[in-house]
Amino acid sequence: MLPREEVVAAIRSASAGGQPALVGFLTAGFPRKEDFAAHLAAVGAAADVVEIGVPFSDPMADGMTIQRSSRSALGQGVSLRWILETLAGLESRPRAPLLLMSYLNPLLAYGLERLPAAARKAGVGGFIVPDLPFEESDELRAALGAEGLALVQMVTPVTPPSRLAVLCSASEGFVYAVTMTGTTGKSVAVPDGVLAYMDRVRAVSPVPVCAGFGIRSAEQVARMAGHVDGVVVGSALVEVLERGEDPAAFLRALRGT
Amino acid sequence: MSFAMAAEQAKALLELELKGAFPDPRGRFGPFGGRYVPETLVPALDRLEEGVRRYLHAPDFQEDFVAELTGWVGRPTPLTQARALSRRWGAEVWLKREDLAHTGAHKINNAVGQALLAKRLGARRIVAETGAGQHGVASAAACARLGLPCVVYMGAVDTERQAPNVGRMKLLGADVVPVTSGDATLRAAIDEALRDWVSDPMGTYYLLGSAVGPHPYPYLVRELQSVIGREARQQMIERAGGLPDAAVACVGGGSNAIGLFHPFMNDPGVELLGVEAGGRGPGLGDNSATLSFGRPGVLQGCYTMLLQDEDGQVQETHSVSAGLDYSGVGPEHSLLMVTGRVRYQQATDEEALEALGECCHAEGILPAIETAHAFAGARRWARDNPGKRILIGLSGRGDKDMPTLQKTLLKGMP
Repeated sequence: MLPREEVVAAIRSASAGGQPALVGFLTAGFPRKEDFAAHLAAVGAAADVVEIGVPFSDPMADGMTIQRSSRSALGQGVSLRWILETLAGLESRPRAPLLLMSYLNPLLAYGLERLPAAARKAGVGGFIVPDLPFEESDELRAALGAEGLALVQMVTPVTPPSRLAVLCSASEGFVYAVTMTGTTGKSVAVPDGVLAYMDRVRAVSPVPVCAGFGIRSAEQVARMAGHVDGVVVGSALVEVLERGEDPAAFLRALRGT
Repeated sequence: MSFAMAAEQAKALLELELKGAFPDPRGRFGPFGGRYVPETLVPALDRLEEGVRRYLHAPDFQEDFVAELTGWVGRPTPLTQARALSRRWGAEVWLKREDLAHTGAHKINNAVGQALLAKRLGARRIVAETGAGQHGVASAAACARLGLPCVVYMGAVDTERQAPNVGRMKLLGADVVPVTSGDATLRAAIDEALRDWVSDPMGTYYLLGSAVGPHPYPYLVRELQSVIGREARQQMIERAGGLPDAAVACVGGGSNAIGLFHPFMNDPGVELLGVEAGGRGPGLGDNSATLSFGRPGVLQGCYTMLLQDEDGQVQETHSVSAGLDYSGVGPEHSLLMVTGRVRYQQATDEEALEALGECCHAEGILPAIETAHAFAGARRWARDNPGKRILIGLSGRGDKDMPTLQKTLLKGMP
């Protein structure tokens, strides 16, 4: 199975019982660089897919929590290179597939010609690039595709229907359906309008649909059941790690178990 | 220059630029530009692009724009012969007086143009970022004039060093939000304005103040600011008896420079010189001289030259002038540099402050510290090219810089 297919399979299998799969996000090296491997193992054991945040100096799509975690990680010298080397050197990798969330510039600086092979060697299944719209993504998609890696597309509540279809067909691994217009981290209610939007995305998407931005509670996850294949938990999980609490317990609580 | 391009490719790109082929339909100036934004902003940028296509060059929009520029901004701004500087430098020096435009800088041209566009697009509120505060003041004034609510994001470092402008914005009815995240200067203010816009992409209009950001902003800002160069070109012919041998402007994001340069692009006898902030010197983090020391990358919506480290992290910058203190630069400037049509140099903090003092004494004009960089570059050019005719874009006045000048030029003065 190609790495991008493993992402699809992990979400499909976790959501087969009707409960959304959990995609857990952590900023690499936050709160402490030396705890990254342990945190990754803990999140990877409890989540179905792990999204690893590559810190960037200008996280314009992110709210306060991920801005803070990115700045702290950069201050500790965390870089894409360090993340890939650390992942490649792990004695055991989580069973959950790994994705990297990175703004475009660190990827360009690493070099698109050598990134895909290094990422595959590190056990990465694909990338989410929040400042790379579909129209600018040909080069990266082709490069990642050569190694079977996914490039996940985002869609939002203001994406017009014609564009929605194009983005969903292009997305690999899953479609990242942003729950609201805004940055990450703000808690959102899940009104009927959001569920109807998720249904529209799911109706046109050939790959699983995961809802993200502002997911913090078991009530939200339960409301989403039947409308999405998974949910992405980002800022709330980063805050759990920041407070030194158990990420696995938090993720279990989100599943309502 | 660390961006390698074959001479032949550069020549072909220059030909296209001179023909007016850029931005191309994908919003590119050769390899630079484009649109690198969160998906939420794509429909908003599509709508803006459509609005620009529909209104910007339409007769009724132009009529409104010109009416505001003449009746409210005070255009055309004068062309002043700098007699004393001419004698001192051994050159013929002319000043395009954007400092005499309403609110004291060229920023108002763009602010009122975009505010008119926002009205036509049905925007309910305006957000803007500001570095030196000039764009914030211009946006606040234009929004007051047109009856639009306005929020201005400003780095906390800048609210302090440009305090007089914060008060002006408040008086003009804008909500000024200090930004403490990131580097707490212009770059952080742009990030924060983008986050605000992402939260309400359809009702909010982002009034970007420089020729940077995602397509169509670099184009839109260039078109609105080109009034500077069009007027100056005609005034030079009428008043100075011919085109200048060189036109000089300071470059931060590059809106006043592109506005001055663009109408001279097809005058091969006019050398174009952009002057960046050399800060304390060439070390990483000591300056904002993006075109001199940067490498291409993506920041805040476009592919352009950037001050960044080897991991692609955007570097914090330093300049005594808040308005030039930016790690990126407009994508068209990146193209103009690699094609060689514009030469870019730097002036250090010290050179800029010295040039500011000289302009005050010699001409009775207090320029902004940003603008003073252009004077420092022009003086150097004049010494290397004696007896030539030089046009300087006097982009703004320096009243806002009094807190900084008290701590520098005025320190120890009786």
